[in-house]
Order: sequence, then structure tokens, then C-alpha cells
Amino acid sequence: MSDIRLADPTPVQLLAEDGTLTEHPIFSKYIEDLDEEILRELYRHMVLERRFDTEATSLQRQGLLALWVPALGQEAAQIGAIAALEPTDRVFPTYREHAMALYRGITPEELMGTFRATRHTGWDPHAYNFNAYSVVLASQVMHAAGWGMGIKQDVATGTLAEGRPENELVLACLGDGATSQGDAHESMVFASSYELPMLYFIQNNHWAISVPQETQSRVPLAHRAAGYGFEGLRVDGNDVLATFAVTRYMAEQIRSGSGPKLVEAVTYRIGAHTTADDPTKYRSKEELEVWKSRDPIARYRAWLESTSVIDAAFTDKVDQEAAELAKQLRKAVHTMEPVQLERVFDTVYAEPHRQVEMEKAWLKDYEAGFAEEGQVADK
Amino acid sequence: MSAEPAVQAEPKEAVTTPAPMPLAKAINRALADELAADVKTLLIGEDIGALGGVFRVTDKLQAQFGPDRVIDSPLAESGIIGACIGLAMRGYRPVAEIQFDGFVFPAFNQITTQLAKVHNRTDGAVTVPVTIRLPYGGHIGSIEHHSESPEALFAHTAGLRIIAPSSPHDAYWMTRQAINSVDPVIVLEPKRRYWLKGPVDFDTPAPDAFTAQVLREGTDVTLATYGPLVPVALAAAEVAADQGRSVEVVDVRSISPLDDETIARSAAKTQRLVVAHEAPTFGGFGAEIAARVSERAYHRLQAPVLRVGGFHMPYPPSGQEHRYLPDIDRMLEALERSFVYENAGGH
Repeated sequence: MSDIRLADPTPVQLLAEDGTLTEHPIFSKYIEDLDEEILRELYRHMVLERRFDTEATSLQRQGLLALWVPALGQEAAQIGAIAALEPTDRVFPTYREHAMALYRGITPEELMGTFRATRHTGWDPHAYNFNAYSVVLASQVMHAAGWGMGIKQDVATGTLAEGRPENELVLACLGDGATSQGDAHESMVFASSYELPMLYFIQNNHWAISVPQETQSRVPLAHRAAGYGFEGLRVDGNDVLATFAVTRYMAEQIRSGSGPKLVEAVTYRIGAHTTADDPTKYRSKEELEVWKSRDPIARYRAWLESTSVIDAAFTDKVDQEAAELAKQLRKAVHTMEPVQLERVFDTVYAEPHRQVEMEKAWLKDYEAGFAEEGQVADK
Repeated sequence: MSAEPAVQAEPKEAVTTPAPMPLAKAINRALADELAADVKTLLIGEDIGALGGVFRVTDKLQAQFGPDRVIDSPLAESGIIGACIGLAMRGYRPVAEIQFDGFVFPAFNQITTQLAKVHNRTDGAVTVPVTIRLPYGGHIGSIEHHSESPEALFAHTAGLRIIAPSSPHDAYWMTRQAINSVDPVIVLEPKRRYWLKGPVDFDTPAPDAFTAQVLREGTDVTLATYGPLVPVALAAAEVAADQGRSVEVVDVRSISPLDDETIARSAAKTQRLVVAHEAPTFGGFGAEIAARVSERAYHRLQAPVLRVGGFHMPYPPSGQEHRYLPDIDRMLEALERSFVYENAGGH
């Protein structure tokens, strides 16, 4: 059993809001060995996500997306965490982990299937080690626990699939709202009892649609971990270096067999909950301004520039790439075709099902009837 | 697979006749055989380890296969099913035991919004071969939440397969087929029949789990049912025969998919159909059978399809369950009622 202690409610921070790097007795060493290439990559991925996200909101306003779920302001939390993990670590996301999804290589077209409502999930979860988005919140962290049980059992029985490492871990994503769900509790009970190699990553963005975090929890969410018998830490989720360092530290411990861990990344949802939401109805302009001043990208960029890790040529190049990504997204959204209802029929079950087959055949005959009458069935 | 049923104290009647075995023991054997066949098959549930489950269906399996493969879970049904989904995504074939029908509802979300939809919402990329064993039904004199029949709630959910064995032989083979299905399967285990003994032939598979079977041929009226009421239906048919009515008994066996063709063929032959289940008739699965058979056999039917089932009330205190549950008399009453309509339709 690992060292159990109540998390310091002050989030771990390495980069001050003005972009000054500070010393931390434990966590500084987890970023000391990062070469400049990695430091630039963290910046690049955050900028790409923000541009992607902004474009998606525009596309929704233009009627091209059924819905968009902005992750503006959460770029550092998501990139810091995913960059500290291995590509073989399975991610169980909510529906707002766009930065993580793009980082893993999921394409704009694949990611947008859900939001253009052309398909429920646009990517193969096995291909990216990145599960389908979860809309019924906290159900995914229970699946993550099952996946973690599978890791342990694979290792115990010597049946690891090819390419899977022995020290794999699971990233179970949650928001502050989802922590109130029963499945969040049940998942942590399973994780603790079976000592699963899981990292709970809570992005506390302060608002579950219109309900503030205080309604979800009266204590820092990181403190909940102690109740289950494992370590939880709060980190400044707008500090990409701190999030990276804390995630890496936790991942090291998990990989060495210490059981589950929890990270609460304290951040803020700068945008609306979704494009169907109006945050001016429930939160103050002042609060928003405070958090805007803590912008994760501006802070990191200031430090990178002050240390000459990046220069104008680099940031221009990233901006250009971001513009390209936005263009690619726009183009994809215009050309995406919905999955045909025939395919929906065919995937309800993996093996033939009498009623599904009959209904599919009926629909075919029914629509063929229109064609015979000289009308073109709207497919 | 061994041809020797693992029955301790049951003397063999003859070399060719398998010894009778309780239904619970047949399921136990099915689980043991699947655990032995595939290291990726796991059992998980509450009290299924040292105790062997509250009905002893998993008796001695943990001792044989170890606590990592016969897993005592925390007391959390949503967690059990959610964990099974994650395990299945990783290539396992988890078999969950939900202790009682009434405790499946904490897992309702995981079953209906998650398990049932994974294959569909990933465009077939991810399969979740999870089996949910659900002891169901009443007549055990228990307290509330221990006697429910929730099949209609799950039948309405696309993506799930639901089967209900009624005999030890079927229970053995249908359980194995459920575990080997690529789709999620709910096995409704007729808990009041766990101690029902019958022959299990380990060499001759039962008919496909997703088909209905005619158990008794008849000419005057068809009685279709499943799970715990099958023996009641067979007994009712016996009584009816004494009264001069020839009743054909169909064991529905599979709720989803529904083998409506077999039921409709029988109904078209006898021209009358009564459907029985323990669940309330209002909004119940019998209505689905009635509607489908009415469409397929309308011109052959001499009477509307009649239903026998529970009432539109929460399952009553078991001191009154004898009045709530369909029994031989209730089935006979419905069978007789189907003859009142004779020639009324002028067919």
C-alpha cells in the first residue's frame, strides 16, 4: 500500500501565472529531463486543439454540427496528462477530451462523427487505445476498472496480447460533475479492492453545465481518494508542466505496482458546456475574466519564449499548422456522410438476429416500393 | 468434454440414459466446462466464491479455478456489469452473476445504455461478449425484490440477447452457448427450478438457444411459455388431455431474438394460442408474442391470443404469490376461454 495522505488543497504548480518557472521539491525533477522538442510539442498540441475547438464552435453556429462541446481552457490539463503516458495506455474519455483524442492521432473526420451526428463513434477504439466517448457520465470509469482487471489478469496468466506491455495503465477521465455519479464510486471501490493499475484524471472545470463544483463536493475532489485508500493530488490544470509532472509521477508509481491513483486537475471551462448552453445565465463575467487571465497557453508560451525554446518562426509555423487543421476540419465536415441505416441494422448485433434481419428486409421492400412508383427514396 | 455427468450420489439408470441432475448443477457444469475451455472466461459476482453463490450455482468453482477467475465482487451491481464491459473490451468473456432479479436494476444503466450499445456505437469495431446470469421469477416464498420477472424491460433494448432455459439439459447447453456468443446475453435462470432434476446429455447439444421448441404436440390449442412456467404448462396440458383437449406446448426459450415463426406455425396449426409468463401481462412480453402471431396467423386463428401472467402490481408479499402467479388452473382457464370464441369470427 502506498503512502496515503490528504492532498494539499493548494494545487501543485510549476509555472506561475506570469510564466515564471518555480521549484517544487518533488515534481520539478519530473520535467527536468524534457528536451526542447518535447516542450515544443506540448505547446504545439495545445494550440492545435484550441484552433480546432474554435473552428468547431463556428461550424456548429453555421448549422454544420448537431452540437459541439468546447474544451477551451482545458488544453494544458489534457495535453499535460496524455503526453505523460504511453501510447499503449488505454484512455477512457468523457465527451470533452478532444485535445487527448487529437494527440492520439484521431482525425478531425473521425472525431466529428459524433458531433455532426453522422455516426455515434467515428474511430476504432482499439486502433488508438482511446475508447469511444462516453455520454452517460461515469459509466466509462467502470469500464476502465474492468480494463484494469484485464491488465492484471493478462499479466498473471501470461496472456498479454502482442504489443501490450506488462506495466500498462488505464486513464479514467472524469469531470467534477461526473464524480457525483454512483459509477464513479463503484469504480474506485473496484480499483482499490483489486489494486488496479488505474489513474483517475478529474478535470475540475468548476461547472457541470450550470451547477457549481461546490454542489458536487464540499472537499477537494482529490481528497476523495484517501477514502478509498489511495493517493490523490491536486494540480494546477492550467499549468501544462505541472500536469505533466504530476501525471508522470503518478504513472511511475502505478506502473511499479502501487495500485490506483487520482489526479484532480483544477482548471476552468472557458466556453459554454455545449453550444446549446448559455453560461451568462449562471456564472459571473468577473469569474470568467479571472480564469481568462490564467490562460494555459499564454502562460506556457511566455515561459517558452523567455527561455528561447521557441521563437516567432516556430509559433508562426504552429499557427499555420493550426489554420491547416481548421481547414481540414471544415472540409471534413462538409463531406462527411452519415452511416447508412443498413449499417446500423448490421451492427446492432455481431451475429444474426431474426427481428433485426426482418426489419431490415422490410425497410428495403418498403423503400423499393417508392422507387417503383417513380419516387426516389430519400436515402 | 466428459460424457460423465458430475453427479455424486445419483446412480445411473442405464448406460445410455444420462443420470438426472438438478438444473443448478447443470449450470455449474456448463460454467466449469467453459472455464476449463478458455482461460479468458471469468466469473464475477457477489458471493460466488467460497459460498458458491446464494443458490450454490458456482459451488466449488473458485476452489477449482482460483479467485482470479471466479471473482467475488464488491456489492455493486452496476460495477459488476461495468467491469464486465471493460474486461470484454480487452478480450475476456466475463460471466456475471446478478444475485437476484430485483438487484439487476442498479445495473440497468450499464446494461441498457452501455453493454447493449457498444458494438453498434463503435460500428462493429468493439465486441462485448458478456453473459449475465440472472436468477429470476417467484414462487420461492421470499421477501420483496427476490421474485421479479424483468424480461420485457430488457427485451425492449436492442443489442441484448435474452434466453430462458427451462430444463437441466437446456440450462447446460444454453449457458454454454450464451458464453460463446459474441453478443451480450442475459440468461434468465428459473430460480424456482434450480432443484428440478432432469437428464443432461453432455454429448448431444440442445437445439440452438435462440429458437423455440415444441415440447408436446397437440391439435386443439397452443400454450407458449418459457422458463419456470414450462413445467406448469406441461402439467396443464396433461390435465387438459384428461378433459379431452389436446394442448400443444411451445417452450419459447429465446426472448430476443424471438422465434415467432415456430410459435406462429404451431398457432396456425391449432388455431388458438395462449401465452403465459410470470411477469405482469400489462406491457409484458406476451403482448409482443400475441401481436406477432396475430399478424402471421390471423386467418388461421379462431380466437384472439390470450395471455396469462402476473397482475399490474409490484410483486406481492409472497404470502399471496400463489394467487398472483399463473398456475395450472389459471392456464386451464385461459385455454378454455380460447374456445369460447369458436366460430365467432366466421372463418
